[in-house]
Amino acid sequence: MLLISCPNCGPRDETEFHYGGQAHVAYPEDPYALNDREWAEYLFYRDNTKGAYAERWVHSTGCRQWFNMLRDTVSYEIQAVYPMGAAAPTTTAQAPEGASK
Amino acid sequence: MSADHLPEHPDFLWRNPEPKSSYDAVIVGGGGHGLATAYFLAKNHGMTNIAVLEKGWLAGGNMARNTTIIRSNYLWDESAAIYEHALKLWEVLPEELEYDFLFSQRGVMNLAHTLGDVRESMRRVGANKLNGVDAEWLEPDQVKELCPILNVSDNIRYPVMGATYQPRAGIAKHDHVAWAFARKCDELGVDIIQNCEVTGFLKDGDRVVGVKTNRGTINTEKVGLCAAGHSSVLAEMAGFRLPIQSHPLQALVSELHEPVHPTVVMSNHVHVYVSQAHKGELVMGAGVDSYNGYGQRGSFHVIEEQMAAAVELFPIFARAHVLRTWGGIVDTTMDASPIVGTTPVENMFVNCGWGTGGFKGTPAAGLTFAHTIATGAPHKLNEPFSLERFETGALIDEHGAAAVAH
Ligand SMILES: Cc1cc2nc3c(=O)[nH]c(=O)nc-3n(C[C@H](O)[C@H](O)[C@H](O)COP(=O)(O)OP(=O)(O)OC[C@H]3O[C@@H](n4cnc5c(N)ncnc54)[C@H](O)[C@@H]3O)c2cc1C
Ligand SMILES: [Zn+2]
Repeated sequence: MLLISCPNCGPRDETEFHYGGQAHVAYPEDPYALNDREWAEYLFYRDNTKGAYAERWVHSTGCRQWFNMLRDTVSYEIQAVYPMGAAAPTTTAQAPEGASK
Repeated sequence: MSADHLPEHPDFLWRNPEPKSSYDAVIVGGGGHGLATAYFLAKNHGMTNIAVLEKGWLAGGNMARNTTIIRSNYLWDESAAIYEHALKLWEVLPEELEYDFLFSQRGVMNLAHTLGDVRESMRRVGANKLNGVDAEWLEPDQVKELCPILNVSDNIRYPVMGATYQPRAGIAKHDHVAWAFARKCDELGVDIIQNCEVTGFLKDGDRVVGVKTNRGTINTEKVGLCAAGHSSVLAEMAGFRLPIQSHPLQALVSELHEPVHPTVVMSNHVHVYVSQAHKGELVMGAGVDSYNGYGQRGSFHVIEEQMAAAVELFPIFARAHVLRTWGGIVDTTMDASPIVGTTPVENMFVNCGWGTGGFKGTPAAGLTFAHTIATGAPHKLNEPFSLERFETGALIDEHGAAAVAH
């Protein structure tokens, strides 16, 4: 079970949260300009990073606010929690190459 | 019949050759799908100068971590076709591979707990029948008759309102399936190379011409990716994206028990599925952990919830103990259907996206993927499962439609 530090409520069990997938996926600026390939990318393609991953979570049974998190998808270590709209912090704590089997 | 005893542990079923400097085709990933693909490439297409490269040990990924449920009662025509073909292959493979891997057609029940479940289940039974897939609707008393340890009374949170039943479905011993394919591959001349991690690809323009590994560079004319949870990582090395998210999926077993559970029971609504392995362990699984993960482990609350559901449905399980839990990394797609076909890189092919339910598909994945690699064109069974469907919109949405996730 992850222990997630909600920016509003502090550390809470993972079961209080819902996962929102990759962060920083912007809605297309001009939807009419997109071709099928670009729509496919927007709708169905998300990064699937092995290592530090910027993702969204919502504190569903707490403050019900969304926020962003940088989490290592191999060790599951939470490296940063930051507000919606802010850029992902840069981190030096990348997962070591081939760290997991 | 064949399920009554365990065969003796085999010694050496395949060679462990050094990688050659070049092959006609290289398969990345020595799980069930990679091995089945190599087998059908050699057997059906005469391609024997090929290698399966596995970064760890053979079948150490999802292949020997799954709960081994085999069924074909999927809703949509495309899925029913490929999974039913797989089931027909399962029925002949023990003889063809000359290996008794304990394929046991003990039936699979998918429970319905709500009116919505009941309607969806009956619809699926109808669709299955039209597709030639054996399927029945069972009332609660029939459910009880088939699986007497199930609690079908209405004293639980989500009473059992009936079930779909596929008599030809069942389980098999997954590691033996891998060994059976590996031995035949080896006999046909395929090199199975363990501890060989693919770290990059050699390209000539848009065409792949080789793979880089921790054991040197290997030239090849064709590459088939069968890396399950690591498919995105390999695609990125090759310079393209896949619409895949990798999630942890956990399972667990109890200690050994006398035979108490005659079939396989799955419940989507309360999220647990249970069978009893030949040795006697109760084998249970549930849904994926919600977050992306490559860690081969998940969160404990998922197990806790699945145990609560199991004990409510099977009150006698309250006396059993969780002996081992583990996790795999499953490659999920948005429509819960696999991707088997060509890629934007010439001569590179991908088989992935089988997610939480690809064990059952192993023989058909191997058959169709080998066809695609050998001929450059899809087999009619995997044609709908192309990467292009995410652009054309011809999705095969089995999310929720196909009973449960496995
Ligand atoms: C807990 C659990 C329960 C499941 N239950 C069921 C079930 O009941 N029924 C069902 O039908 N399906 C089930 N599945 C799904 C099923 O296991 C998978 O869909 C299927 O095994 C995937 O195909 P595979 O066997 O080839 O995968 P894997 O065995 O994972 O093979 C992929 C291989 O690729 C290797 N690899 C990765 N990267 C590289 C690299 N760079 N170089 C070389 N090799 C590499 C990996 O080491 C791995 O061995 C379950 C999965 C899990 C985890
Ligand atoms: Zn909060």
